[in-house]
Amino acid sequence: MTEPADQRPNSTNEAPPPVVMEPSSIRLISTLAIAGLVSGIAIVAIYEATLQTITENKARELREAVFKVLPGVSKMKKFQLEENGIRFRAEEGKDENTIYGGYNQQGEFVGYALPSAGPGFQDTIGILYGYIPESRKVVGMEILESRETPGLGDKIYKDLSFVSNFDNLSIDPEIVTIKKGMKSAANEVDAITGATISSKAVVRIINEGNERWINQLPTYGIPLPEEGSPE
Amino acid sequence: MAKTPESVYQEMLKGIWRDNPVFVQVLGMCPMLAVTNSAVNALAMGLATFFVLVGSSLLVSMMRKWIPKQVRISSYIIIIATFVTIIDYTLLALFPKIHKELGAFIPLITANCLILGRQEAFASRNSVRFAVMDAVGMAGGFLFALLALGGVREILGEGALFGVSLFGPNFEPWIIMILPPGGFLTLGLILLFFNWVTEKHKEAQMRLLQPAEERSS
Repeated sequence: MTEPADQRPNSTNEAPPPVVMEPSSIRLISTLAIAGLVSGIAIVAIYEATLQTITENKARELREAVFKVLPGVSKMKKFQLEENGIRFRAEEGKDENTIYGGYNQQGEFVGYALPSAGPGFQDTIGILYGYIPESRKVVGMEILESRETPGLGDKIYKDLSFVSNFDNLSIDPEIVTIKKGMKSAANEVDAITGATISSKAVVRIINEGNERWINQLPTYGIPLPEEGSPE
Repeated sequence: MAKTPESVYQEMLKGIWRDNPVFVQVLGMCPMLAVTNSAVNALAMGLATFFVLVGSSLLVSMMRKWIPKQVRISSYIIIIATFVTIIDYTLLALFPKIHKELGAFIPLITANCLILGRQEAFASRNSVRFAVMDAVGMAGGFLFALLALGGVREILGEGALFGVSLFGPNFEPWIIMILPPGGFLTLGLILLFFNWVTEKHKEAQMRLLQPAEERSS
């Protein structure tokens, strides 16, 4: 067994730092204060330098997810859900009542992209799913956030045959998970073998999302404002 | 040993093989086991650690005359944590996917005993040149170990390497290898192999009957 390096006499050692006398506590405090100050400045600098890219990345990820879960959509708008219905959200960012509306090339409303989140097998699973109010169908599902077990639970987004369960899924009376290969009705989802808990969690999260959102959403969304208005 | 260019070179090499931080010193096990379920993750973690270790060693070695020894550990931690924050934000901005996979393990680089260990044991006592070479060697050894573990686990557990499928669709992946037990199994086997090689090497040297002035050179 080889000795660890640290116990070996180090032949390249220089003389240890000379200990002249006990440094005063002011010296100790000022050393740490200076270190903290320099470190703080460095952290603020890197935060400022990366902030814009990080915000853009997040916004782009979200846009891509919306286009993915709502096929045929070429324009998206942020909606804000309020007590008396929905309105366009003009402000930056989002909160827990922000949803997304998708419009096709002709500017006609297609459907909503709804966020929902809940506990999975390991940690919160965050989902965005596309919903068409006219046909009462889920038309796409994208996992935004998950820490499911690699190799098993992560199939909820890696296994495309599972993801395609959500391409044309009726939400009435509610979505149910069944054993793989038994799917026969329009509201059924084939669970993943070896990842039953994660599959069920996805379905449960979408059902909870439906409960929360659907009755408050107008079937035809909000008509797009005339061309020329700012996005 | 005089401070010749060769000895600088040796400082670097020792970290990669003879004193490899993982296989010999068994340091930094937390990221070692946690993020090596694929080769890409292992590479990213290895490079992040590389940056932090080399940067901190450089700074600690430069400042070693000014840091009073009573507050040295806190000063090292401040330096290390700053580098970790820098790499954390950089990854988040440039490689959000990888940042997502590594998650909490990026901030946890601060607590990697390998890094603090090198500051205390080496960088704070040696000139900048040696400190940097030592850090490069140790971080290189860590990267090498992560890649070895990540590569083996991804090949067996997903039938792929760096996301490129190796065996075609008929390969039944050995899922346990990318789950935590697979990490322990693989690490154990690699350690076994490493010690076996070292033993062999020692035996061969004994047979040459060279009374070693320096153990296992």
